[in-house]
Amino acid sequence: MQPRKIATIAAALAAGLSALATAPLAQAQAAGEQFVPLLVYRTGQFAPLGIPWADGKQDYLKLVNARDGGVNGVKLSFEECETAYDAAKGVECYERLKGKGGGASGFDTQSTGITFAVTDKAFVDKIPVETPGYGLSQSADGTVFEWNFPLLGTYWTAADVMLQDIAKKEKGSLKGKKIALVYHDSPYGKEPIPLLQKRAEADGFTLSTFPVTPPGVEQKSTWLQIRQQKPDYVLFWSAGVMTPAGIREAQASGYPREKIYGIWWAGSDHDVKDIGAGAKGYNAITIHNSAAKDKVHDDLKKFVYDKGQGTGVPAGVGTLAHTRGMMISMLQVEAIRAAQEKYGKGKVLTPEQVRWGFENLDLSADKLKALGFGEIMRPVKTSCQNHMGTDWARIVQWDGGKWNIQSDWYQADKTHIDPLVKEYAAKYAKDKNIKPRSCG
Amino acid sequence: MFYRENGQFKTSYQADLALFPVAQDRWALLALLAVAFVGVPLVGSDYFFRAVAVPFLILSLAAIGLNILVGYCGQISLGTGAFMAVGAYAAYNLQVRIEGMPLLLALLGGGLCATVFGVLFGIPSLRIRGLYLAVATLAAQFFTDWFTNRVKWVTNDSSSGSVSVGNLQILGFGIETPVQKYLLCLGFVAVFALLAKNLVRGAVGREWMAMRDMDVAAAVIGIRPVYAKLSAFAVSSFIVGVAGGLWGFVHLGSWEPAAFGIDRSFQLLFMVIIGGLGSIAGSFFGAAFIVLLPLLLNYVPHWLGLPLSTGTATHLEHMIFGALIVFFLIVEPHGLARLWSTARQKLRIWPFPH
Repeated sequence: MQPRKIATIAAALAAGLSALATAPLAQAQAAGEQFVPLLVYRTGQFAPLGIPWADGKQDYLKLVNARDGGVNGVKLSFEECETAYDAAKGVECYERLKGKGGGASGFDTQSTGITFAVTDKAFVDKIPVETPGYGLSQSADGTVFEWNFPLLGTYWTAADVMLQDIAKKEKGSLKGKKIALVYHDSPYGKEPIPLLQKRAEADGFTLSTFPVTPPGVEQKSTWLQIRQQKPDYVLFWSAGVMTPAGIREAQASGYPREKIYGIWWAGSDHDVKDIGAGAKGYNAITIHNSAAKDKVHDDLKKFVYDKGQGTGVPAGVGTLAHTRGMMISMLQVEAIRAAQEKYGKGKVLTPEQVRWGFENLDLSADKLKALGFGEIMRPVKTSCQNHMGTDWARIVQWDGGKWNIQSDWYQADKTHIDPLVKEYAAKYAKDKNIKPRSCG
Repeated sequence: MFYRENGQFKTSYQADLALFPVAQDRWALLALLAVAFVGVPLVGSDYFFRAVAVPFLILSLAAIGLNILVGYCGQISLGTGAFMAVGAYAAYNLQVRIEGMPLLLALLGGGLCATVFGVLFGIPSLRIRGLYLAVATLAAQFFTDWFTNRVKWVTNDSSSGSVSVGNLQILGFGIETPVQKYLLCLGFVAVFALLAKNLVRGAVGREWMAMRDMDVAAAVIGIRPVYAKLSAFAVSSFIVGVAGGLWGFVHLGSWEPAAFGIDRSFQLLFMVIIGGLGSIAGSFFGAAFIVLLPLLLNYVPHWLGLPLSTGTATHLEHMIFGALIVFFLIVEPHGLARLWSTARQKLRIWPFPH
């Protein structure tokens, strides 16, 4: 009985000590460092995507510290917080990290769902939320969404570019075609639907939507339905474990993989590596040109991985998800640099000042080349109205062993997207009682 | 020595039937309420309110609701997340579709809708028990997952499936700062905990406990199973629905159906099991354990100076969690509440051992 009593008391004590957990973490970084919070998901259904993404984000910050000594001498400090793609955990991480080290420089929530939850709070706390390649597509309108930055592209631009590439294959016209959208049944997967519906009306194709219950490992019935309906093309809005499951089902049901277009989160090496030749022909869209390798990868190897400081495995450097993580961190660092030009070089900046930096990004081709991203990105310029900057995308195709760049540069056709952005942004402003600011 | 009832004579039946017969208990509770309502708002940080206190309060409210069903009435339910979802979405619809709907009415209305839903999915309990009932309530969970995702009018035709609530206010007082949100949740929890405690001490509560202990014998002596079981489902779903409304409105502000998924149901069930089945105080202990333990596990590597990747920390958290649940079920099946009441029993004769 005695050991059991001791064990019981010990467990009760542990439960009681949890009350002490509310004490804030000791500040790990020294004063004079710019703090960048890193919200990641290394566990959960999206972990296969989240791990290289998180590694890429952290690696670039380490690179900037090692190679350049920080931004104009101000070193970058960072801390990871695990969200597991859960909105409540994401909110807890946001609350924990927003005030560290003089204020968080910006939140890359890595999830459309968490972006929804954090956007309302960031608006009050005055902290920028950068959502490159995901998030609310209408937040490209900077007059309503002062603190959101869907840089480099949104799901609406992605869907539009996919349709452009399909139209090219179909000799310029989509009329009469059947296009299916197989999507992760969450705000992430539902994002492209408004734009696709509008384009279906305008271009005369039929859109059918197939939701897949998260986490998406069960897709047999979905792909059997697709086999029955025989759409001409399938747009695949998946991530994490859902992607390989879907491609395997497509293979099993005999749907040609050349007709499948995966969104950028569904087109990375870990998604298709294990399937290998079975996924041959699978197309994916990349945000800007994240499939390329450039000087930044060599720098990363030289300054970080060779010194044993790398976050992930060296083999992960150069995969699409890792490169995307690096691009996102690069945008954060360049926003800090741009803000320092205005508010004082070598100073630690507040989140509001970094927001100004995000709004006044001007990355020219020369600048990108100097940073080592010349092949990976095209020039990006944000403004007060346009928080997305310039969107570019390319289509890549898996040949069984690696990704090959299949197409030239695409830009989304704004004739449908711009009115939709305005409409949805106005609706958001009305619901939330936000007075759009004037950009003059 | 300090916790004795010496000299406390009850001179009326009312005093004898009081919620806390021992005067020291009453003083302790008043002190606790004073600290909670007055002390904590003075010293707490924003992070503490937003990320610790508010989730703890809302989840303890939901745990009280679930404890009524599982602990007092003995009906296993794995659909608590569904009831929270119904409460949240119903409150959202009431607020969005009716101009000028007061916040309190919207939340209580959400609770009523959850009651209807709960009674509907409680009907199988009249024929099946135990594990089979758990599966039937699991059906409620999956039905709600489908319902909130697929049926457009639930999310007010939101294209993304996410809904968000605007500025909260009660009678002109805004509920924006973390302290105000904390006080709103604390108010709800205090009122509902009192209601629940009185319910379980009354006739209805005794009927529930009779159904839990031996439902055939209870039916033999005249307790109507239909009434007892469905009233347990009704009351439990109401409380859980209000908790769901609070979770969506006050804690998250903007949510998607995944916020009330099966994980939430399991989390609440673990809270109730670890905290103590059949005990109102146990719901609070369980909620505290489950809300604070992950935070503690996050901080311990930092305090010890061990560099732990966030992924590893989360995996460790799941493992330690599971191990602790198994440990508690073996060592103290009646949960932390039993530990607490044992401690109080020992305090009554302290410093003597017996």
